[in-house]
Amino acid sequence: MADTFEKVKEIIIDQLGVEEDQVTLNSSFVDDLGADSLDIVELVMALEEEFDMQIPDEEAEKIRTVGDAVKYINDHQ
Amino acid sequence: MSKRVVITGMGAITPVGTGVEKFWSSLISGVSGIDRISTFDPSEYSTQIAGEVKDFTATDYIDKKEARRMDRFTQFAVAATGMALRDAELDLEKEKRERIGVIIGSGIGGMETLWQQAKTLINRGPGRVSPFLVPMMIANMGAGQVAISYGLQGPNVTAISACASSNNAVGDAFKLLQRGDADVMITGGTEAPITPLSVAGFCALKAMSTRNDEPHKASRPFDAQRDGFIMGEGAGIMVMETLEHAQARGAKIYAEIVGYGSTCDAYHITAPDPEGNGAARAMQIALKDAGLQPEAVDYINAHGTSTPLNDKIETKAIKRVFGEHARKLLVSSTKSMTGHLLGAAGGVEALVCVLSIYNGIVPPTINYEVPDPECDLDYVPNQAREKDVKVALSNSLGFGGHNVTVAFKKYEE
Repeated sequence: MADTFEKVKEIIIDQLGVEEDQVTLNSSFVDDLGADSLDIVELVMALEEEFDMQIPDEEAEKIRTVGDAVKYINDHQ
Repeated sequence: MSKRVVITGMGAITPVGTGVEKFWSSLISGVSGIDRISTFDPSEYSTQIAGEVKDFTATDYIDKKEARRMDRFTQFAVAATGMALRDAELDLEKEKRERIGVIIGSGIGGMETLWQQAKTLINRGPGRVSPFLVPMMIANMGAGQVAISYGLQGPNVTAISACASSNNAVGDAFKLLQRGDADVMITGGTEAPITPLSVAGFCALKAMSTRNDEPHKASRPFDAQRDGFIMGEGAGIMVMETLEHAQARGAKIYAEIVGYGSTCDAYHITAPDPEGNGAARAMQIALKDAGLQPEAVDYINAHGTSTPLNDKIETKAIKRVFGEHARKLLVSSTKSMTGHLLGAAGGVEALVCVLSIYNGIVPPTINYEVPDPECDLDYVPNQAREKDVKVALSNSLGFGGHNVTVAFKKYEE
């Protein structure tokens, strides 16, 4: 869990241009990290690439917080 | 009664320097911005040199996340607009945003983005192509992002006419202000074409110089030993506004824009009309629009690409329009120093005309060594010249046969 979070955090910092302390498990991509719909599409692609997995669109839509992403990745690896 | 239109702010990002001050001091000192291409290995290309912008870091001007969502040509436009707005001291908080528009020229758009994403598609499949491919690549996004970055809600469009793009942008912005459709326009051009794919494309056209061992001497407009143009990148942006708007806010005025002529050869996709008829008509229309006689013109910033055909035919066109006066006026090509910024050329060269008028100095054509009997005008060889420039023309000619001239005049009440 901690390891996944660290990797996810790194991708988020890079792609959304946010500071490290803004990224917590509770952070909402849209409300707290300023992501728009295109950012989220790109972020999901980067997570698929990093964790070598496919995240179907209907599942990606349910990912709203950093914690959601980390949980999805851990559950599907 | 149409409105008078003036230039009140400028921003430049060019191969001879970022910022108007550095740009201008390089030009009047005759500095070449051409070197071996550094952003990719050009060894296999027939042309291995270009005018790259070397002193620009996007995040000095643009938020890190925003900068990642912009192709380099858009970064140039947004950053140069910031410089021009600051120079104009335009307080956007006090302005009606819907009366400020943007017309920026770009010949190609986001070539680097297209190239990178095409590689992604081939190597990793369609599922890995970025959602930002389209909004980063499309050529109108320079103007679009300038509007978003500064909250400018007036008319917004991108002119695309190859190497004449930004002269069309400048001319169209002028006309729009003249008829009262906006109070202020951000206009000029931006281009970032130094990518493997576009360099290969221009190499295939055999349009570029292959003087790879002497980069500083490769761009030599009007010289008998010229062998093609040199690609450059960057942006030239100005704040243009109605005289009444500029006066109401007490703005400093650099120059007035007074004429615009736009024609097409309707002849060939890349070769100019051998007689230069379209180019001559563009100059004539711009003069008529300005209400000026040919004898009033002191300086022409030529298209002057350094290709064998362009320089010969442009010279012919100038002689046709100006007759005897062609030998008295000054003609120079600053592409000898900046290289050819394609769709941004007119934007950068409009700044040269405005600065020549404002400072009373005409920048030279460098690398002028061997006279060509077919190019026999005063090209201001190698040394800048002091001259009280009252009227300056800027010519831009583009693939597709586009010919565009804009006329600038010293501002007098």
